[in-house]
Amino acid sequence: MSAYSVTEPSKASKWVAAALVVLYTIITLLPLVWIISTSFKSGPDSISYPPKVLFEPALEGYVNLFTTRTRIAAEDFAALPPPETWYDQIVRDQGMVIAGQSRFGERFLNSVIIGFGSTFLSIFLGTLAAYAFSRFKVPLKDDLLFFILSTRMMPPIAVAIPIYLMYRELGLSDTHLGMILLYTAVNISLAVWLLKGFIDEIPREYEEAALIDGYTRFQAFRKVVLPQAATGIASTAIFCLIFAWNEYAFAVLLTSGNAQTAPPFIPTIIGVGGQDWPAVAAGATLFLLPVMIFTILLRKHLLRGITFGAVRK
Amino acid sequence: MAEIVIKNLRKEFGAFTAVQGSSFTIRDGEFFMLLGPSGCGKTTTLRMIAGLELPTSGQILIDGEDVSMRPASQRDIAMVFQMFALYPHMNVRKNIAYPLVSQGVPKAQVAAKVAEVAKILRIDHMLDSPVGGLSGGDRQRVALGRAIVRNPKAFMMDEPLGALDAEFREIMAEELRALHDRMHATTVYVTHDQLEAMQMGDKIVVMNHGVVEQFGTPQDIYDHPATLFVADFIGSPAMNFLRFDGTSPAGATAVSMGDTLVALPQLQETATGSLVLGVRPEHVALSDTAPLRGRIEAVEYLGTTQIVTLSTPFGPVKARTPSTQPARTGDLTGLSLNAPRLSLFDATTGRAFRTAANAGVHHG
Repeated sequence: MSAYSVTEPSKASKWVAAALVVLYTIITLLPLVWIISTSFKSGPDSISYPPKVLFEPALEGYVNLFTTRTRIAAEDFAALPPPETWYDQIVRDQGMVIAGQSRFGERFLNSVIIGFGSTFLSIFLGTLAAYAFSRFKVPLKDDLLFFILSTRMMPPIAVAIPIYLMYRELGLSDTHLGMILLYTAVNISLAVWLLKGFIDEIPREYEEAALIDGYTRFQAFRKVVLPQAATGIASTAIFCLIFAWNEYAFAVLLTSGNAQTAPPFIPTIIGVGGQDWPAVAAGATLFLLPVMIFTILLRKHLLRGITFGAVRK
Repeated sequence: MAEIVIKNLRKEFGAFTAVQGSSFTIRDGEFFMLLGPSGCGKTTTLRMIAGLELPTSGQILIDGEDVSMRPASQRDIAMVFQMFALYPHMNVRKNIAYPLVSQGVPKAQVAAKVAEVAKILRIDHMLDSPVGGLSGGDRQRVALGRAIVRNPKAFMMDEPLGALDAEFREIMAEELRALHDRMHATTVYVTHDQLEAMQMGDKIVVMNHGVVEQFGTPQDIYDHPATLFVADFIGSPAMNFLRFDGTSPAGATAVSMGDTLVALPQLQETATGSLVLGVRPEHVALSDTAPLRGRIEAVEYLGTTQIVTLSTPFGPVKARTPSTQPARTGDLTGLSLNAPRLSLFDATTGRAFRTAANAGVHHG
């Protein structure tokens, strides 16, 4: 072994690389750390300058997120019976009383229904379309694929006004179905293209072997192609979910009461009793969780190779 | 097991004709080779028999039943792919059992059958391994196992040895042939390797540009090629072609090539115009007294034999001679051709003229 090798990086360059990676990780994670730590700060701590890195954790943000509160006259406040629960106590400590439940839970559930619903629909339709484009002679195949791609060439918000008018006519404004259809329409082009790439990679011989082994085309698709495409489906699902979950502009425009998702709701917390940063941060933290969990659950599929070597190329 | 009859089978892909009007019969229990260069339509023909492609026209009869338009799943045929196509998300046992599961065979019976097949193929110790880690030869055995497990009417094999290393290929070729001799299953085997086809096949169909050039036993095809293409494609080194213009009436037993008279099997039709005399290297002997003259250009030593390349007035000729016979580059010598083994072709159509020797040969 010589001291210098063409293929082995030197020790110094390894250290530099490691330092860069660590630095990049810190920069990337800083906003997340900021949001999560703010969600556990008290109101004054959240706006103190310089920012407090070490602070006494408080659940004020989370309690405020799920409640609406009101200030009452000092004499009435003094006359109140002692607080019944820990969250009553937290609200009293801020000089307020709980007036009722906030709508965050409802909005969050809307996000879950619309986000996962549109992801499921995009993947379901996308997989079938991608399989057809990949395996069958579709008339005008290239033109159709280009058309599908072209739906993504302009920013979706450019068609906001026609969609707003159309949804109002169709009675789809502020409905779960309307939002699911809208996000599916935006995501499906991505889903078809991504999944077509993954399905193209799966050798046809697998299905042909299944067809000869006595299976129908659909059985071959379900039992042989789908398990092979799991990796692609998982990564496509993550992309679709992230878009639908984070989408803000259409959600603001098209939803207000019934089907409002979390993104347009979270900023409105600011307006309740001054700028309640811990509550906003708590909302953002809870909002981050599902996508993170979903990604971590599907990570196994993202990392696994498609065919693990059963076909020799 | 079954007899497969192919009648005027034709397949077009848009403007491209992959197979044009093939007809041949595969007898029950035959090991049948579809041989040809890539793009000749042999794989398309196999896929049509298997039901993976539907023919544009023509018929495929399996045991007398017309299956031309039936889907693959209803033809009761098994196939071994060049790339093995083992289901990667299943282990060896499940791969082999898969065709039985589709037929709804009871579990106990599936297990027994899989065990039996695994034993025949000597893969019983790896039934629970994933298919990903197997060697090429073992994957091939699993693919064979999946094919033989349900006793289909016939086996289709699409270059099953093509993806194996040279050393494995020899072993698997022998195993395949041994398996066939044991099961007597009708087998259709696609290959572009003429040696493989000669070595393993009972019958060979040679295809080129979608046309069946010749159909017969390996020996028929080697000894009496029906066309120039077959003559050139089969055998290594290839058959020598001596080109000349001339005329020879039906009944003649010799052709005159310029000043030289060359004996050949009795012609049964008149040969005229641009002609090609075909002679295999082993049927050329060096003899100083022979009237056909040539100069030795190169000598390749191969152990017991040597390949001597000569230039003649009719083009280059390779002769396979015993290596004990002296041959020196630059020497002038005579070439004596083994008359009963010569073929005469029409240079324009490529067709071999009918002679006493090739009378029984099937033309495409």
